[in-house]
Amino acid sequence: MAKRRVVITGMGMLSPLGNDVDSSWDGICSGRSGIAGIDRFDTTGYNTRIGGGIKDLDIEPYLSTKDARKLDAFIHYGLIAAQQAVDASGLDDYTDLDRERVGVAIGSGIGGLEYIEKNVITMEKSGPRKVSPFFVPASVINMISGNVAIRFGYKGPNIAIVTACTTGTHNIGYAARTIAYGDADVMLAGGSEMATTRSSIAAFSAARALSTRNDEPEKASRPWDRGRDGFVLSDGAGVLVLEDLEHAKRRGATIHGEVIGFGMSDDAFHITAPPESGEGAARSMKNAIRDAGLGANDIDYINAHGTSTLVGDLAEVSAVKSVFADHAHTLAVSSTKSMTGHLLGAAGAVEAIFSVLAIREGVLPPTINLDDPDDGCDLDFVAGKSRKADVRVALSNSFGFGGTNGTLIFRRYEG
Amino acid sequence: MSTVEERVKKIVCEQLGVKESEVQNTSSFVEDLGADSLDTVELVMALEEEFETEIPDEEAEKLASVQDAIDYIVAHT
Repeated sequence: MAKRRVVITGMGMLSPLGNDVDSSWDGICSGRSGIAGIDRFDTTGYNTRIGGGIKDLDIEPYLSTKDARKLDAFIHYGLIAAQQAVDASGLDDYTDLDRERVGVAIGSGIGGLEYIEKNVITMEKSGPRKVSPFFVPASVINMISGNVAIRFGYKGPNIAIVTACTTGTHNIGYAARTIAYGDADVMLAGGSEMATTRSSIAAFSAARALSTRNDEPEKASRPWDRGRDGFVLSDGAGVLVLEDLEHAKRRGATIHGEVIGFGMSDDAFHITAPPESGEGAARSMKNAIRDAGLGANDIDYINAHGTSTLVGDLAEVSAVKSVFADHAHTLAVSSTKSMTGHLLGAAGAVEAIFSVLAIREGVLPPTINLDDPDDGCDLDFVAGKSRKADVRVALSNSFGFGGTNGTLIFRRYEG
Repeated sequence: MSTVEERVKKIVCEQLGVKESEVQNTSSFVEDLGADSLDTVELVMALEEEFETEIPDEEAEKLASVQDAIDYIVAHT
């Protein structure tokens, strides 16, 4: 069976840089940081007091107060990004749309932690009868996909893959295959996260994963820089409308790019750390390149996982060198997390969108705060400022706890 | 001090996201005010909190309208 081609016809995003795709992309192109002090809870006593929260979000146009109360914020974010993506795709104006052939794959790494915290505290204080009847449907991870299906009447495949920081990438890859295989004509795919809560910041801090550069939040996320000291936890969501090429052409949709490759692997090494060699990451990239039917030399740009951790950043550089050999020094590699921070389960989704925009707009996103590259970090990281470039093929990496790796490859749509 | 009726209606508005003008004493939570089964559970919890009382589940199930709730509160607080 021939694989069907899959194109991107809509995108939606909430990020620390802005509450839609355009303002977020504008932040990326101008090398702005979205990191600031956390104001969602009292951070007294916390080693880390900074994060990439969503700012000034008006949810009223998307969700009534009554409905919003029944859903954790990670579902708000996912629903809003999905609505933006659907609006941008024009899908809802297509009168011939067969909604049984439209599916959803939007995950989250952590889920409704804030709602869980709130209800557990209420239960401790006032007993089990005070737990909200919405506790479970407000906080379990597949409820973005479930609510999107209800809102738009999409009756096709409905799933939410949960793989920590690889969540967004895996959902997009899976969704693209669902279309390629013929199980759906359109899929909404991506990830959402709202994990800058008090227990989560405490927990990631305990694992020594977070930057403690509290006095200079905008400089805290600094992938490959010698002064990096951990990642910055951020919130947001990214959703893409993926569509069978023929279906997109039939309805005259605007095509932003094509999904041509998806690869996966696991390190089988350690629960939170990759091996120094980055061999698991390398296999993930190789699998995606093979799936795309390309050679390594065809890749122009890598949107790296690049979280600003000591071990992870070096492992990814090793992986890139092992996969691309001499070409590793020709292609561009950047980490948009230097500006957005790490959106965990949404990271792969917002970075997929940035990769597509790099192709469409001919701009390489920068890596900011890379003032003093660490030993061995000698690739073209697009340090400091974005750069105009002809980007035909972009690769996006995500690596998660459990050693789970995912890679997507996008290509300019050329008919 | 507001009357029981006013306080019940205020909570109904907050919990079910409806306007005060839509809420009549005869309004049914499910049929007139758009509540589903989970909404009614939460509504009862909010009433318990407001009136510092406990409404047993078998009694809560019988509260179908605004007047039912008012009557129950008046009789039990």
